[in-house]
Amino acid sequence: MYVSHLQLADYRSYESVNLELEPGISTFVGPNGQGKTNLVEAIGYVASLGSHRVATDTPLVRKGAERAVVRAAITKDGQRAVIELEINPGKANRARLNRAPVTRPREVLGFLRTVLFAPEDLALVKGDPGERRRFLDELLVARAPRFSGVRSDYDRVLKQRNALLKSASAQFFKRREPDLATLDVWNDHLATAGAELLSARLELVAELQPLAAKSYSELTTSGGPPVLQYRSSAAPDESDLPADRARLADLLREALAEVRAQELQRGVSLVGPHRDDLVLSLDDLPAKGYASQGESWSCALALRLAGFELLRSDGDDPVLILDDVFAELDAERRRRLAEHVRHAEQVLVSAAVAEDIPGELRGARFRVQEGAVERE
Amino acid sequence: MYEGAVQNLIDELGRLPGVGPKSAQRLAFHLLAAETADVKRLVNALVEVKERVRFCAICGNVAEESECRICRDARRDAAVICVVEESKDVVAIERTREFRGRYHVLGGAISPIEGVGPDDLRIKELMTRLSDGQVTELILATDPNLEGEATATYLARLVKPMGLKVTRLASGLPVGGDLEYADEVTLGRAFEGRRSLEF
Repeated sequence: MYVSHLQLADYRSYESVNLELEPGISTFVGPNGQGKTNLVEAIGYVASLGSHRVATDTPLVRKGAERAVVRAAITKDGQRAVIELEINPGKANRARLNRAPVTRPREVLGFLRTVLFAPEDLALVKGDPGERRRFLDELLVARAPRFSGVRSDYDRVLKQRNALLKSASAQFFKRREPDLATLDVWNDHLATAGAELLSARLELVAELQPLAAKSYSELTTSGGPPVLQYRSSAAPDESDLPADRARLADLLREALAEVRAQELQRGVSLVGPHRDDLVLSLDDLPAKGYASQGESWSCALALRLAGFELLRSDGDDPVLILDDVFAELDAERRRRLAEHVRHAEQVLVSAAVAEDIPGELRGARFRVQEGAVERE
Repeated sequence: MYEGAVQNLIDELGRLPGVGPKSAQRLAFHLLAAETADVKRLVNALVEVKERVRFCAICGNVAEESECRICRDARRDAAVICVVEESKDVVAIERTREFRGRYHVLGGAISPIEGVGPDDLRIKELMTRLSDGQVTELILATDPNLEGEATATYLARLVKPMGLKVTRLASGLPVGGDLEYADEVTLGRAFEGRRSLEF
């Protein structure tokens, strides 16, 4: 698949921009702060209904404007679909598919699939567990949009359960008998919803492992390959995690029973997929804290490339977006990364200086300056 | 800001569910322009609803006497109780004309976020009704969302020792619709709850 047309209105720095794109490689070059990342961020937004840079929608709307509009035409197997998203911060966003409104924006998920490399990716290795959980969950949603619903169901259960724990812990500290009659019910729901997410993540990690190891060895000859290990808050040892969903739910239920006293004291849920981590190690040492800057980058890129290979193995090529990553890499890694990605159906590359982009990635070139995009 | 009475009215109307400040203002000026008799009728309706309507002592449904029309009806099957969240759910089920048993209105669903626990719902009253041994089946018809499901699970656990038949309304495909328009969750539930066709 590829994005054949992108139109933005009041999105970030753009008042209005209209862009024809082609399959193959396109590069966006311009000084910092001119809006290169905003372009690729908008494409990523169409794919995931979220930005890779910010958690809320407010910064996406141009200062002074009420709403932003992103319209993208996606060509897949010769067929064209037009997705239009209206971003209304603080209100419900609206989506249209081929000009017809859909009831929920979620319904346009799955039409465009992207894999985005950005300087922020280093956080996959060096950052908090939340970064890695997000990586896994976004990949799950990209593969099967229904996981967007699974994820939000889980979040809702978690919110209700945390609200209950919070009020119970307040009573606990006032030395009153906390009202826990419904805690078992929420445990049940957390276990069922959590087990669905957990089993999908475990399966995903197993599929990513060989792909990540292969990508890593293609990027660098030093160290590795990386080992991916899912660490569940419900079981300290990965080998204890059963593959079966019903047994995972039992495991979560048991783990919740064990931490009950602690949960009441702290007023938050301490077990579940929201407390898990994906532990990355190189040569038996955790990558976080031990790996060098270069190794960390290789590891982060290998994860993204593994995601790309996985999506590709499901069917058609996702759109590959390389946002300002080449400036972060040494010449050897640049060349190897370029070699790896140049055959994808569509590759969008942004860089501050053209010299940062390896020679393998020549293609259509766009100049981005002061909120205007021009083809050279 | 308007002067005294007008602003007062706007504020009061704005407290109603689904009415924002703009709508409240429009309603207020509509009332201001309306005939006095029309406004009096509205006032009477409001006062009357508070004075005359109460909640059925048995099931919690809205009623004009101490017991509601359904609870007073001797033809209704006393062996089956259908548990719903709100009175409007009773009306919805009554429209089907499929159900001949009695109801129990909880007055909401368990939702810790909104501070609603089992004690805030009419669950104690339900347990009293079930204790006389007349009831054989309990139908849980709370909403098919997370809070409704949680309430149903809670009730099912609670009455389990009583040995009643406890059922939950099925969820699945809307009648007369197209399969392709169903969302994944509904379609998934419909698969889970599929039945064998017997002739």
